[in-house]
Amino acid sequence: MNATFADVMMQMFRQHLAVLPVLLPSLTAVFMLLIGDRADALPRLRRIALVSVALGLMFALKLALEADSGALRVYRVGDWPAPFGIVLVVDRLSAMMLVLTQAVALPVLWYAAGGWDTRGRHFHALFQFQLMGLNGAFVTGDLFNLFVFFEVLLIASYVLLIHGQGRERFRVGLQYVAINLAASALFLIGVSLIYANAGTLNMADLAQRVPLVEGDAAVVLKAAALLLLVVFGVKAALLPLHLWLPATYAAASAPVAALFAIMTKVGVYSIVRVHAVIFGADAGGSALVAGPWLLPLGLATGLLAVCGVLSARSLPRLVAWLTVASVGTVLAGVGLFSPAGLSAALYYMVHSTLVVAALFLLAELLAAQRGDAADRIEPGPPLAQPALLGLLMLLAAASAAGLPPLPGFIGKLMVLQASSGIASQPWVWAVVLTVGFLTLLGLARAGSVLFWSERPELAGSGTPAGASPRMLAAPVALLGAGVLMSVLAGPLTRYTDAAAAQLADRRSYVQAVLGVEGVITTRPYGFPAPDGEGRP
Amino acid sequence: MEIVLACAIGVLTACGVWLLLRPRTYQVIMGLSLLGYGVNLFIFSMGRLALDSEPVLAPGVPTDLAHYTDPMPQALVLTAIVIGFAMTALFLVVLLAQRGFFGNDHVDGREDAE
Repeated sequence: MNATFADVMMQMFRQHLAVLPVLLPSLTAVFMLLIGDRADALPRLRRIALVSVALGLMFALKLALEADSGALRVYRVGDWPAPFGIVLVVDRLSAMMLVLTQAVALPVLWYAAGGWDTRGRHFHALFQFQLMGLNGAFVTGDLFNLFVFFEVLLIASYVLLIHGQGRERFRVGLQYVAINLAASALFLIGVSLIYANAGTLNMADLAQRVPLVEGDAAVVLKAAALLLLVVFGVKAALLPLHLWLPATYAAASAPVAALFAIMTKVGVYSIVRVHAVIFGADAGGSALVAGPWLLPLGLATGLLAVCGVLSARSLPRLVAWLTVASVGTVLAGVGLFSPAGLSAALYYMVHSTLVVAALFLLAELLAAQRGDAADRIEPGPPLAQPALLGLLMLLAAASAAGLPPLPGFIGKLMVLQASSGIASQPWVWAVVLTVGFLTLLGLARAGSVLFWSERPELAGSGTPAGASPRMLAAPVALLGAGVLMSVLAGPLTRYTDAAAAQLADRRSYVQAVLGVEGVITTRPYGFPAPDGEGRP
Repeated sequence: MEIVLACAIGVLTACGVWLLLRPRTYQVIMGLSLLGYGVNLFIFSMGRLALDSEPVLAPGVPTDLAHYTDPMPQALVLTAIVIGFAMTALFLVVLLAQRGFFGNDHVDGREDAE
């Protein structure tokens, strides 16, 4: 009896694994809302949150191991056949993003449980809703559903951003909400234009339908794709749509900013899905519609962002600019529109997310020991733990700047290799290397001021105790994951290579989602004008 | 019919964008709402305009889109309306809190910024 029950549960688990990364955080969040957030419930909330995120990480790893075999996991919600129902598709890229999300979320949550979650209401429930939106955006196989999950993650992020209150958070929060609402309006316009001209929003169906669209409809379709590039550019902080990011991330509380490190990657992920796959090289008349834009804008983003790194006066703002710089490098890799470029971009994206999240947490630990100087980059009182924090900072900085043998170096090397032989190679090399050098310069400047220019007369104004091992565990785990990426560079690059190859293989994707290849499922607008026919 | 709808969408969007670029939070939220209405009408019209036809299958009528209006955009617009409504409510809360903090309704929190 028990054995059969266990069998049934295992079978259900296997069957529904693709939807679990979405369901688990959403159910956890609802459960947390039921518990309420009175002070005496907090230890229980923390335990539930950590267990839920750890479980999510396990599910994501299981999905990634499964995806690594090359199989596409297609989940039809409500068992409606695609493209009529909503499908969730887990391929190598989706599984990788799920693992990354959970791997960033777990240390960040651990850190937040050290005290930040007491400074506002419903932090843990919102954190879970944010994860639900992120995971949903990564597994969905439908453009409109992508919009819905964007909104889920955004609405949670609005509240998380102003977590901890304060004037500055509300000031940037208002602008953040307004910008994202305007972007959502553009998203809807783009999506409905695509529906009007391709007749579907299912990504697999679009992949086979877009190349068939010709004439005027193709022009509108291209305009819609570029509208979506603007929307995803806002999320990813692509020049010139990055203006909101530095102030917002610098104002957010440390764990929230660290979690937001993954939010820009949602924009990058969507650009990969839409502009490198649906409107990719095989898309007929609409092929590579983002081609002329992505590479130059990515490189320009990187250059502008290092200027920001050099001019930042506070550590969180410097790290926020580093986020933008990393997005620039990643999008330049995507903008090469080759499997090698995509693979490089994916590898670099994972690494930069981990490093940026760790840096946001380190910045706060550092600021806590500097008394009135706080997070400003100016001489302050001697630190309680100069050697430990200095070493962690050095490790993060070296990785962000791309010094060997850290993963930042491997990622940048892959981008450089991928660009060899194409017309824009000199530009890519010059910009990526300049960005790396200037990042190093900016971080060295910040580091030497923070760690070496002490003002002993201020001694005692900082926290004497230093950061507890418990709080330090979070950035150490994130940086450790980064170092692990270097150790496992071989298997990981094989995985990203395979992920890029899988994205280029539209036929298998269409076949897996829609069943039989080449069946034109719906074509709503090819009918003669209904004038005069009317209803019987 | 098309021209009326197109004008309505155009006017709503134009007003929305203009208000969105104004410096007062009240104008911004009105702008976002108007923009939302414009976008919702736009999604609705992307299913092509069909007079006197419904999105639900009726017995005895051939099941093609010549005899029905496309139900897809109607489902999409429903979702968009709900999400837009939630976002407006949330924005209102942020707006009020910001006003409480700064004592004025400027988007940058500064009275003399204009």
